[in-house]
Amino acid sequence: MIGEGIQSTNQRKHSYVHDHVEVGFFTDPTVCIGCKACEVACKEWNHVPDDGFVWSGNSYDNTGHLGASTWRHVMFLEQDRQKGNQIVGSHSLANGDGEDPFRWVFLSDVCKHCEEAGCLEACPTGAIVRTEVGTVLVQNDVCNGCGYCVVSCPFGVIDRRPEPLPDAGGAFKCTFCYDRQKSGLVPACAKVCPTESIVFGRLDDLRARGAERVQQLQQSGYNDAQLYDPTETSVRGIHAFFLILGEPEAYGLPAKPQVPTIYLKSAWTSAFATAIASIIATLLAFAFFS
Amino acid sequence: MTGNSPSEKRLEQLREQAWADGVVAGRGVDVAGGPIPRKPGYYGQPVVKPPVWSWEIPIYFFIGGLSGMSAVIASAAVLFHHVDLVRTAMWLAAIGVILSSILLIMDLGRPILFINMLRVFKHQSAMSMGVWILSSFGACAVPGLIAVELHAHQVFGGTLDQLLRVAADILIFGSAFFGTLLATYTGVLIGATAIPAWFLHRVLLPIHFGTAGLGSAAGLLELFGHRIAPLNAIGFFAAAVESALLVWLTIDKHGAADRAIHEHGSGWLIRIGEILNGPLALILRFFGLVPFAAISFLIGALVSRFGWIAVGKVSGSDPEAVFAAERL
Repeated sequence: MIGEGIQSTNQRKHSYVHDHVEVGFFTDPTVCIGCKACEVACKEWNHVPDDGFVWSGNSYDNTGHLGASTWRHVMFLEQDRQKGNQIVGSHSLANGDGEDPFRWVFLSDVCKHCEEAGCLEACPTGAIVRTEVGTVLVQNDVCNGCGYCVVSCPFGVIDRRPEPLPDAGGAFKCTFCYDRQKSGLVPACAKVCPTESIVFGRLDDLRARGAERVQQLQQSGYNDAQLYDPTETSVRGIHAFFLILGEPEAYGLPAKPQVPTIYLKSAWTSAFATAIASIIATLLAFAFFS
Repeated sequence: MTGNSPSEKRLEQLREQAWADGVVAGRGVDVAGGPIPRKPGYYGQPVVKPPVWSWEIPIYFFIGGLSGMSAVIASAAVLFHHVDLVRTAMWLAAIGVILSSILLIMDLGRPILFINMLRVFKHQSAMSMGVWILSSFGACAVPGLIAVELHAHQVFGGTLDQLLRVAADILIFGSAFFGTLLATYTGVLIGATAIPAWFLHRVLLPIHFGTAGLGSAAGLLELFGHRIAPLNAIGFFAAAVESALLVWLTIDKHGAADRAIHEHGSGWLIRIGEILNGPLALILRFFGLVPFAAISFLIGALVSRFGWIAVGKVSGSDPEAVFAAERL
């Protein structure tokens, strides 16, 4: 399955939009080579503007984080941990114990396309919608840039595009190449991924594939391999899920992401109680002090 | 190059410092650039996105709260026959709602498309609810003021004037209903987000914003010359509640999750605001210094709104806060 090359689902035409099939991305860092072709393909296909170039000093990652003009982001993690059955060198500086475990992990981050999406729930214009394939799409011509989705995303994905970039003022994030999908094409990032670290396909197929891959890796000594797909929290699972080595925090991923709508009940209760108390207090003030 | 040249000595120095401390903190040296990330999360990058809102939003919170609660005072004034107070309070409500709308539209990334907010009604979006609350409030407060003024100046006579009076009363009560929601929903707006310092205080926020709105309305009406006992009583009530909230916020700590409030400078904005509209306003009012109490309350209400937005920016940029909030 892994390494199917040109036979894989990434290169096939499909009719998921027409058939209303839930799709997803499965991103596997153990086969990612950090080439950033996904970032380039995404920017080129979607006409995402150049948002400046800054040397971050963070490994080979000068992209930084997902945002209005960064819809794919290859992370470069440098960790003092063993990678699978890696044979570690004996020139340790830090530990002095003859072992110097070091691993470099690349993971292509993207909008998670949540089952319960904070941005979609928060959007007051209806610009953000759920597509036939279960992904979350911002309609650029409807968005008026209120910025509420920005603080409602538990993953910090969506952002408002600043001046003087083209289309400034609107909120942007990964579209899951909805335009390509409508024509039966695979999203640009998955299409170009040379090692199929990014796999596009039916969500149920991908979840099975992910589980199998974790098992396979654990058998090969990757003890800390796990799937990142928060199905147990209020987000109820994501359409773009990841295999990760180690803890989600190291990838800047929240372990228990929550959709902010779960806070509404207590906040509105407080608001209504305050509203009623204010009216009563005002009436009492006029009744007793007039 | 010999080993004694200045640049080589500098390299030796750096090597020794790195060896001893594990960190080299000099100018132009990024610790995160070292082989092993030492910042929390992914190179200390924010996990959630900080709010993009600028100065318009805290001022909108302030003016919206004040004008909303003015309508509540106006309706009480109708019931207890304070005719002049009704007029001033409705002026505040109507001017406030117009300014609020302007501020909200100014803050949009694409102000020209503001009307798209009225395409949908989403109960699960506090922003959508807020837009409808503000629109409904405006639809009551502005015609309400017009009706009040037409009646006050006796522009029409006879039956028409009687109808106008009834319409004015209905519109004032409508304004009061939407006004209390306008003053309190803003707490829900920022409380139901992914920003730790905000959602951890989602119960306190509507109480604070609503009470600050009520006290501001009473205070400003007093400054406009309505030095009457009911408004003074409302002033006492609001300042007392704000004092209690100051104590609550001081006690209700969540460690790293809301450290933006308790450890960061922006938290001081909230505290200064709460001191001004809490204990200080209470003391000034106690000694009969009503105008000073009113000014203190108004400044406090404005400053703490700026504080809450500032704290949201700090908290949203802090990956540790998000991780800590998950472990609570």
